[in-house]
Amino acid sequence: MPSPSWPPTTACRCTVMADTGPGGGGRRLALGLAPLVLLGALVALFLYLDPTSVLRAGFPPVEELTIERVTLPEPGVMRVHVVNGGPEPVTVAQVMVDEAYWQHEVDGERTIPRLGRSEITLNYPWVEGEPHEIVLVTSTGLTFAHEVEVAIQSPQPSGKFLAIFALLGIYVGLVPVLIGLLWYPFLREVSRRWLHFFLSLTIGLLIFLGADALHEALETAAVVPAAFQGVGLIVLGAFGSFLALRAFATARRHDRDARAADSPADRLRLAYLIALGIGLHNLGEGLAIGSAYAVGEIALGSFLVIGFALHNTTEGLAIVAPVAADRPPLRNLLAMGAIAGLPTILGTWIGGFSYSPIAATLFLAIGAGAILEVVYEIAHAGFSLGLVVMYGTALLVVA
Amino acid sequence: MSRRDWLKLGGAGVAGLSGASILALARRGGAAAALESAGVQDAVHSPQELAQLRMGVFGDHPPGDGFDPVAFLTDFDYGKVSRDSTGRTVREYEMVSVDREIEVAPGVWFPAWTYNGRVPGPTLRCTEGDLLRVDFSNAGSHPHTVHFHGTHPPRMDGVFPIVDPGERFTYEFEAKPFGLHPYHCHAIPLKRHIHKGLYGALIVDPPGGRSPAREMIMVMNGFDTNFDGENEIYAVNTAAFYYQTHPIRVGVGQPVRIYLVNMTEFDPINSLHLHAGMFRYYRTGTRLDQFDLTDTIMLCQGERGIIELELENPGLHMVHAHQSEFAELGWMSFLDAVPQLAADDGVPVHRYG
Repeated sequence: MPSPSWPPTTACRCTVMADTGPGGGGRRLALGLAPLVLLGALVALFLYLDPTSVLRAGFPPVEELTIERVTLPEPGVMRVHVVNGGPEPVTVAQVMVDEAYWQHEVDGERTIPRLGRSEITLNYPWVEGEPHEIVLVTSTGLTFAHEVEVAIQSPQPSGKFLAIFALLGIYVGLVPVLIGLLWYPFLREVSRRWLHFFLSLTIGLLIFLGADALHEALETAAVVPAAFQGVGLIVLGAFGSFLALRAFATARRHDRDARAADSPADRLRLAYLIALGIGLHNLGEGLAIGSAYAVGEIALGSFLVIGFALHNTTEGLAIVAPVAADRPPLRNLLAMGAIAGLPTILGTWIGGFSYSPIAATLFLAIGAGAILEVVYEIAHAGFSLGLVVMYGTALLVVA
Repeated sequence: MSRRDWLKLGGAGVAGLSGASILALARRGGAAAALESAGVQDAVHSPQELAQLRMGVFGDHPPGDGFDPVAFLTDFDYGKVSRDSTGRTVREYEMVSVDREIEVAPGVWFPAWTYNGRVPGPTLRCTEGDLLRVDFSNAGSHPHTVHFHGTHPPRMDGVFPIVDPGERFTYEFEAKPFGLHPYHCHAIPLKRHIHKGLYGALIVDPPGGRSPAREMIMVMNGFDTNFDGENEIYAVNTAAFYYQTHPIRVGVGQPVRIYLVNMTEFDPINSLHLHAGMFRYYRTGTRLDQFDLTDTIMLCQGERGIIELELENPGLHMVHAHQSEFAELGWMSFLDAVPQLAADDGVPVHRYG
């Protein structure tokens, strides 16, 4: 067995190619396609014979509706966003609010197709600061509930709210990161041993952020409609971003294989990667803040903002640690600060105005994957397509 | 303001809100039309006012299963009448238990167990002292019985024997005492057999009958559509909110009699509250001389009574459970008091003898 080498070099790929004899290409293609042809035949046979009909007879269809979110655009109005994550179409027959049937309007058809979405509008006099429960009753009498924990008017995408959310993003994302970057002069003064300590500290911080993002992703995944497979999304998002960053990093390194692995340019690139990873994480954090505010789950008191700010200042330290020994231009530092901090603003906008657990799970997972890749980069150490294929095909087997 | 104007206003002012039910109300505004001709304007509600009542189900039905809640109000089954050797009246009824889906609110279907294909089952009616023969056959998928309240031999009580699917049993007993008695399936598990729809009313008239009145049956019931042990829908006579959008027409000042039975499962009590008027309440209907003058009554599971009233003023009189939750989940209705209502209009006048 040859010693494992990663990534495989061009030379070793050539060796594999040379093994095949003349005419081997066609045979290999046939061997590769044979299982697919059999699979196709099986699917066709299954659809033709429909052997599961004996299991289905007499049972009501499995219904699976998810209320993704409820917005309160103005006093006296509720808007319910519904996703059908089940295997069969579902008809919303009636809507109950706080144990009372209520007149309502459905945007489009009352029957929501599989993986389809719908929006239901009610003129309901919701009470500010109090909880409300919305229950959808389907044509078979099944019920799907959602609680608005604290009713507050939902932010609308107006200039005012865009500005408020942008300001929020600047407070909790951009400013703390830039302040953290101000540790750069300090880090330049410390000894090499202490620098290694700060690099280790950086790894610790990043691992915490990665775990934090993963935890958040798992939490939101719990409310993702079954067909969209919350955990599958996490695996896809986290590994996807991990592998994408990994590919980017190794491709760049290959260009300069001959050179020393640890050049100032490499270290700067590493700092940029850290900034990017943190930026993706902060996008998820912004999403969480924006959506929590929009659905009334948190009142954004000063303490919470200060808490986030303190928390995020350490991110600046993480970015500058690798380049402490070098003298990167100021514009580089600012650019890294922007990459790490600005996505928070974007996140609060998305979270505040059009929160979706599916998008949130994916974004958080992407952030987690990116962060963990950066950890890998600092610590030094082709199955992404497979993940995409498994996720895509699993969409078909939800029941 | 003409009725057409009302309809227009109804269409424009409440478009898309609760348009369907308000229009239905306006269309059936018998009181409004009659009041117009009588020159009375301020006693009735405009569609705009009614639109403020946003509670209620989406859509307007009669149920898609063929059940007509208005017809059911006055559909009394007197059975096949004959006389025995002693000259006593004999009434023979046929009851069949059938599994079928019923529409309990617009678009919401419930897998019910029924007597004669509907919920509530037929309202059996007789006079005290009649001999009743109820031929029950079970065409359903589970064992059932018919257990009547009232006085009769335990053998005819509908607890034993359990009637298996495909089997039949004839209940034979003398109707007594006069009053209002529920009947329901007594096979176990009781809760499920009752809440799936196997219940109805037996009216035993006193010898000589009662005074003429516009008479109707109201069976308070509920449906646990998701089978979690709590009702999602409440109603009288099954169809949630139906008598809200289709008010029951009675005459101003004319006597009305409501036979009220509580067959609600899961909730220990149900209630009835009349707006803008009082009624005489005869508990169980077994005494003619004792009543309570009130506008709110409370009935436990299986309890029943007879309500007598005359509405003094024209217009819509709300009738609903005073448990607000039940009211807003479907047990909500209107009595529409119409001046000078002809005897053959609205709820028919019931005359004895």
